[in-house]
Amino acid sequence: MSRARRSRTKANPRRQILLLKTAIWAIGVTPVVWLAVAFFQRDLGVNPVEKIIHIQGRWTLVFLLAAMAVTPIRRLTGWNRIIQVRRLVGLFAFFHACVHFLAYAGMEQLFALQYIVADVVDRRYITAGFAGLVLMIPLAVTSTRGWIRRLGKRWQKLHRLAYVAAGLGVLHYFWKVKGDTFWPLLAAVTLAGLFAVRLVHRRKSRRR
Amino acid sequence: MIIRVSKRSDIPSSEITPESAYINRRKFLGASAGIGAAAFLGVDPVRADTAFPGGHRAHQDDEPNTLEEITSYNNFYEFGTGKEDPSKRAHALVTSPWTVKVDGLCNNPADYQLEDFIKPSTIEDRTYRLRCVEAWSMVVPWRGFPLADIISRADPLGSATHVAFETLWDPEQMPERMWRPRIDWPYREGLRLDEAMHPLAFLVTGLYGKDLPNQNGAPLRLAVPWKYGFKSIKSIVRITFTDEEPPTTWATQTPREYGFYSNVNPDVKHPRWSQAREKRIDGSKLFGYRWLDTQFLNGYADEVGHLYEGMDLKKYF
Repeated sequence: MSRARRSRTKANPRRQILLLKTAIWAIGVTPVVWLAVAFFQRDLGVNPVEKIIHIQGRWTLVFLLAAMAVTPIRRLTGWNRIIQVRRLVGLFAFFHACVHFLAYAGMEQLFALQYIVADVVDRRYITAGFAGLVLMIPLAVTSTRGWIRRLGKRWQKLHRLAYVAAGLGVLHYFWKVKGDTFWPLLAAVTLAGLFAVRLVHRRKSRRR
Repeated sequence: MIIRVSKRSDIPSSEITPESAYINRRKFLGASAGIGAAAFLGVDPVRADTAFPGGHRAHQDDEPNTLEEITSYNNFYEFGTGKEDPSKRAHALVTSPWTVKVDGLCNNPADYQLEDFIKPSTIEDRTYRLRCVEAWSMVVPWRGFPLADIISRADPLGSATHVAFETLWDPEQMPERMWRPRIDWPYREGLRLDEAMHPLAFLVTGLYGKDLPNQNGAPLRLAVPWKYGFKSIKSIVRITFTDEEPPTTWATQTPREYGFYSNVNPDVKHPRWSQAREKRIDGSKLFGYRWLDTQFLNGYADEVGHLYEGMDLKKYF
């Protein structure tokens, strides 16, 4: 019997987390690598910049919602160790949001500050998206062990802002689309569902 | 206004005028060689147009987009909201046989077979700018005939003030998808009668000298180059003369964002983006486009500006 098989039968929890983290890295990095290759091969269609922005926006929301889902999954399944991947998922959400914004600011607006500022001020969907991105910055910065220790109880409070950031992201998406609200609504329902799990759990633990 | 339509026998104006004037004149000719002027002078519009190889060009700086660009980046929501959805899915559309119903306030209402509908008109090529309300633009060499042809044949009653258009709606050919926008199909558009009669308003049957691809609105679509692209309704099955402003799809769906007129106007912001500039799709650029300043009435103000004299275009956007 090989070592790998033996350890799988033992259901090594560390190994599970390692595998999960590897998968998250793979899923997190692939879209950006794929987009970069496709861009230089001129394989992104007639409006490549728009495609990059759209795809990165979607991945941002996927990772944000996935990060929000970690705690509910933990509570529903009792798999406590899953909490160990939450930071990685959240940081990938921030990473995709940064690529999304840089593609917009650089490739779309060519870093022309006056147009970017005008967009952020005038267009509500960009206002919402930009606010969401800005909110994610302190969360990403304070995601380190050192900051968690330093902030203590306040860290949890601060990181509830993730819900606000995700809400702004969904709103940004909803306001952007023209009639085809199916996907933004699905994202909104998912986020609301995750929030509901949190509220229900909170009430239960208070009653106890 | 002096309307002069050149004949083949004339000395090409390029030999006697500087190039800039020549190009301007060519633009003027293309715009003016509509049915009215041509009929008056007894010259058919195609002859006048072919006096200048390349036909009517929208603007001296404007190189037409490639066929690939024009046919793979489309808004045709019946086939999906992604820009590439129509090119992937619209092949299912059956464009022959095709019936166009002309009805409403006119003396000659009829159901036409497409061939009979087109036959009496002289087909010509015209290159127009196309400015999408989403702030991208292309330059498209259309083939077709003036909308005024059809209107003259339908002979609207004195009471008719507007023309309404309808796109085919056939769920069999446009299969329902969960994520399709909740729009009150069929797609509807409309023009004021004088806008519709303007020589620049064009019914399109082809592209780059060939049949119109389905994703571009085969077999019959409108091209109203001074208005945002969504006014140029695709796959037309019905043309109706009315005595009031007809309801149009986007103005009904989102009245805050889209008006009936929807003239290209850099000074009237869309709530979700500025209309001051546009991304001209340009495959020769690294990012696939270049920024241009959007022109009032998409650069056709000299030709169509008089239609809106005295109107507050911020109010009637």
